[in-house]
Amino acid sequence: MDIRELQGYATFFMTIVFVLVLYWYIVYLYRSEKKGEKDYEKLGNIALDDEIDSKPINSSNPISNDKKERNK
Amino acid sequence: MQSNAALEYDYTIAKLYTYTAILFGFVGMLIGTLIAAQLAFPDLNYLLGEYGTFSRLRPLHTNVVIYGFTVSGIFATFYYSAQRVLKVSMAESKFIMFVGKLQFFLYLIAATAMVITELMGYTQSKEYAQMEWPLDLLIVVIWVLWGVAMFALIGIRREKALYISMWYFIACFLGVAMLYLFNNMAVPTYFTSGGVGSIMHSVSMYSGTNDALVQWWWGHNAVAFVFTVPIVGMIYYFLPKESGQSVYSYKLSLLSFWGLMFVYLWAGSHHLLWSTVPDWMQTMGSIFSVVLILPSWGSAINMLLTMKGEWNQLTENPLIKFMVLASTFYMLSTLEGPIQAIKSVNAIAHFTDWIPGHVHDGVLGWVAFMIMAALFHMAPRMFKREIYSKKLIEAQFWLQTTAVVLYFTSMWIAGITQGMMWRAVDEYGNLMYSFIDTVTVLHPYYAIRALAGVLFVTGFVMFAYNMIKTMTSSRELSEEPQFKSPMA
Ligand code: HEM
Repeated sequence: MDIRELQGYATFFMTIVFVLVLYWYIVYLYRSEKKGEKDYEKLGNIALDDEIDSKPINSSNPISNDKKERNK
Repeated sequence: MQSNAALEYDYTIAKLYTYTAILFGFVGMLIGTLIAAQLAFPDLNYLLGEYGTFSRLRPLHTNVVIYGFTVSGIFATFYYSAQRVLKVSMAESKFIMFVGKLQFFLYLIAATAMVITELMGYTQSKEYAQMEWPLDLLIVVIWVLWGVAMFALIGIRREKALYISMWYFIACFLGVAMLYLFNNMAVPTYFTSGGVGSIMHSVSMYSGTNDALVQWWWGHNAVAFVFTVPIVGMIYYFLPKESGQSVYSYKLSLLSFWGLMFVYLWAGSHHLLWSTVPDWMQTMGSIFSVVLILPSWGSAINMLLTMKGEWNQLTENPLIKFMVLASTFYMLSTLEGPIQAIKSVNAIAHFTDWIPGHVHDGVLGWVAFMIMAALFHMAPRMFKREIYSKKLIEAQFWLQTTAVVLYFTSMWIAGITQGMMWRAVDEYGNLMYSFIDTVTVLHPYYAIRALAGVLFVTGFVMFAYNMIKTMTSSRELSEEPQFKSPMA
């Protein structure tokens, strides 16, 4: 097998791995939201509520935000 | 403004880049129209001696519209929107302000020098990488300064989560940085020829097929990281903000982002189908190009769905018209590109006018529309005046939409006619047409394209006039509009 063929196979397997990672990411996004660990959709408000003195939306993590609220 | 009345976003740099976007947009498209006319009426090549020939002006057109107009638009919208989504003002850091101003100053020098040197005929002769090495070095400095400003802003942000637009701007920064460096590795011929060559003229460090591969790795990713990624970043901010609707699915935006990053980098070899690059690499370029439809349409459909239940805005607000049509043209060109990347289709399409046709439904309908809409949206906020004329925007919209349609339909017909004629053989396998036969047949389509150019530039002049009037003499606003941009 010469170097060119090797490069071809390496690219092929790398592609498979990346595809799997991407699919895993979809599952991760939806699952973490279902479990209530994350809330991605509220991040969309960052564009709408973008005054310099408006309250930051902060993170996709609803739990830690709640905690912050309670500790205030 | 409630508590911190003194603190405001600082639009100094965004304004400066807005001016250059208008200036270079006009110049670049004027040259585009001239070269389009030259293809239809060759006598126009002799207006300005060597400086007016097609071969001098074509690279000048591409460089001015890409590095002058589009990149100015990217910087303007970045320095405007990044502050807002990070909830931090540039005025809060003297350092960031300094870096921003220095970057603009160097950018202006580089862009001016680019126009002058290319008019004089200095070129590396690589597409979208024509600038000679001294300018390349200056561009590296400019790009690094942009990165410094970007990450410094991110460093002092109040909004901890990075909005999706920021991801796209970061990707633009990193992608261009990496590929620009690789592709522009060059040696002045003076050093390779024992003193016979020139200091100002350089040749690539790579040769043959390798050079072609690196060139199109960069070339296609100039499309990806200059014409696509930052423009997607723009629409993710400006469409929701102008319409008052948050992104339809934030998760889809994240997924499309990573999909685009992964796939785009490997599509470049579709520029080299049927050439001497390894076969598997050509096939990979084809397949990745087809897969590219998914993340591209993921973003575009996400934008259209953002307007769900609010389609009345399309008739009421011309800026929404521009942005919705922009994402529609984005869908058109990201469907057309993959079709052209299929090997059998490419055998007909390659080297024909179908390619510039494809390029321009993207750059006119998507890039230019989106940049103009974004600058319109920014104007009332930056200059604290309402947009000068809604009627003018409406007229501009229809004029330019007609222009884009005339441009790509004429080039579709021209390109496919050309491709078929080049390949046509008689029963003995002899070519049926000579080159000049195709030129004669294509004349009317070239004339239509030149007309499209005139219409598009006219629309751009209307845009420029509207913007200048907005800056100088439109009605002043007492407070910043929240969503819809006010216009008279
Ligand atoms: C008034 C508007 C415009 C007109 C009339 C126009 C016309 C042209 C013409 C005649 C060519 C050469 C085609 C050939 O060699 O056969 C060209 C190439 C090109 N133009 Fe434009 N142009 C316009 C606006 C733009 C804008 C706004 C952009 C980008 C933002 C752009 C990007 C390009 C690129 C990338 C190419 C090279 C295409 C290739 O190599 O296949 N153009 N344009």
